[in-house]
Amino acid sequence: MSNDVASVAPPAPQAERRVAKLRLNSDNFVIRYLPLVLLAILWEIAPRVHIVDPSELPPLSAVAKAWVGLLMDGDLWTNGTSSFFNWFFGLGGAIIIGVPLGVTMARFAVVEDIASPVVKALYPMPKSALIPVMILWLGLGAGSKIASIGMSCLLPVILSAYNGARGVDHTLIWSARSCGANERDVLWEVVLPSALPEILAGIRNAVAISFIVLVASELLVGQRGLGYLISFLGEGGVYDAMFAVVVTVSALGFFADRAYLYFMRRTLVWRE
Amino acid sequence: MGAGISFGQVSHTYRPPRGRPVLALDGVSLDVGEREFVALLGPSGCGKSTLLYLLGGFLPCEAGSISVGGHPVTGPGPDRGVVFQNFALFPWKTVRQNVLYGLEKQRLPKAEREKRAQELIDLVHLSGFEDSYPSQLSGGMKQRVAIARTLAIDPQTLLMDEPFGALDAQTRTLMHEELLAIMRRTPKTVVFVTHDVREAVYLADRVAVMTARPGRVKEIVDTHPSNGSRADFIHTREYTDKVDYLWNLVRDEAIRAQEERD
Repeated sequence: MSNDVASVAPPAPQAERRVAKLRLNSDNFVIRYLPLVLLAILWEIAPRVHIVDPSELPPLSAVAKAWVGLLMDGDLWTNGTSSFFNWFFGLGGAIIIGVPLGVTMARFAVVEDIASPVVKALYPMPKSALIPVMILWLGLGAGSKIASIGMSCLLPVILSAYNGARGVDHTLIWSARSCGANERDVLWEVVLPSALPEILAGIRNAVAISFIVLVASELLVGQRGLGYLISFLGEGGVYDAMFAVVVTVSALGFFADRAYLYFMRRTLVWRE
Repeated sequence: MGAGISFGQVSHTYRPPRGRPVLALDGVSLDVGEREFVALLGPSGCGKSTLLYLLGGFLPCEAGSISVGGHPVTGPGPDRGVVFQNFALFPWKTVRQNVLYGLEKQRLPKAEREKRAQELIDLVHLSGFEDSYPSQLSGGMKQRVAIARTLAIDPQTLLMDEPFGALDAQTRTLMHEELLAIMRRTPKTVVFVTHDVREAVYLADRVAVMTARPGRVKEIVDTHPSNGSRADFIHTREYTDKVDYLWNLVRDEAIRAQEERD
């Protein structure tokens, strides 16, 4: 059926060109972020003309004012640094453990035989389900949050390192060996750089997951962190400030991804 | 010490993780003299590359014997340089860094390494591209880098696995001339795997024709030009006769190989 339609329908280069012309993907910074600006204007106006209840969605200006207040109080800074600490050690730990584990799984059959079933079994588990377990084991402090983030980020890092190292072109390894490289040289000088693009892509996924689990773990319990601040302000009914923190977390996530992407492109400059 | 190569009754069985084992090589015996250029010619899947990988020490030799310069092959080593069809360059290294790789493994002093790398880059006509990455080069240029990287460690033996198979016809012809010119300057023992009859006749001193799977040596043909010069060899009657003769040998095997696949 669908084949018939496809064979009858004429090619539509004209239409395609028109759609492409309409794109906003301009090099101009202002035009590129125009949709965001429009959204911000909508956010300001909608509560003011009572399209939405201002107690449920305070106008953007109120949120901005609350944000400045949080900054002046130091609440944003204290909780932000606490979150950063959890995030840094959670994600860092996942990378430090996950990359070597994934690469050795790919290179040594024994390691793969032991680790692979565990990795496969844990893969489909919702990451946030780990948080209560970690709290049970490690208490309410930073330890359980770092562990939750680390465990959640571990799997994408392991899998990307494993896949990257598995996909190494064997002629590269053979070329290195006939240049006189030993097994250790091959691992460091061929396997790891070959796997790097995939490892870096896996870490990018891990960065995204780390933000989710960071906020979720702090929302759940705790006395510190941006997630805690969101729940504290929400429970206290200080919604403009609560939104200010939500926006801050989103912005941090966005800029972390952008910065990471920039770093990734710089590192993989040889691919272009 | 010589760099003559000797294959004695070499057999090899591929054991894929799934499926039944395949006999790839069946009792191959072949001797290659020092500084001789021998082409292994045969249809796809005849095991000619497998024979080369066994010689390179990349696959374990399970049945029969392979020796280079009288020593049995036990693993890869810098006495046997390899050039692959897919170039096998390190994509994260520049041209210079690729050529330097083998020299670093050989622990040469830095100044000497740099000098030798530059000599080889000049030899393969890539001056000006030292800091380019492989992704920025054409296929022919990539293969010239791979040849330079291999020659840098000055191996006594050169193993080439369809090195020009991925290049267009014009580039391939130029690379043939270039390879012969390099071999005149730094003569080596060469084992050259190909399925291109003309290429084999043009480049090699002798051509070993292999049968379809399981690979055996069907016939060894002397393709050395009778007047000793390769310059105009390609235009001689002798050349076309050799090509015809070899093509008839390969043809039957190619058909058999194709039938087996279908």
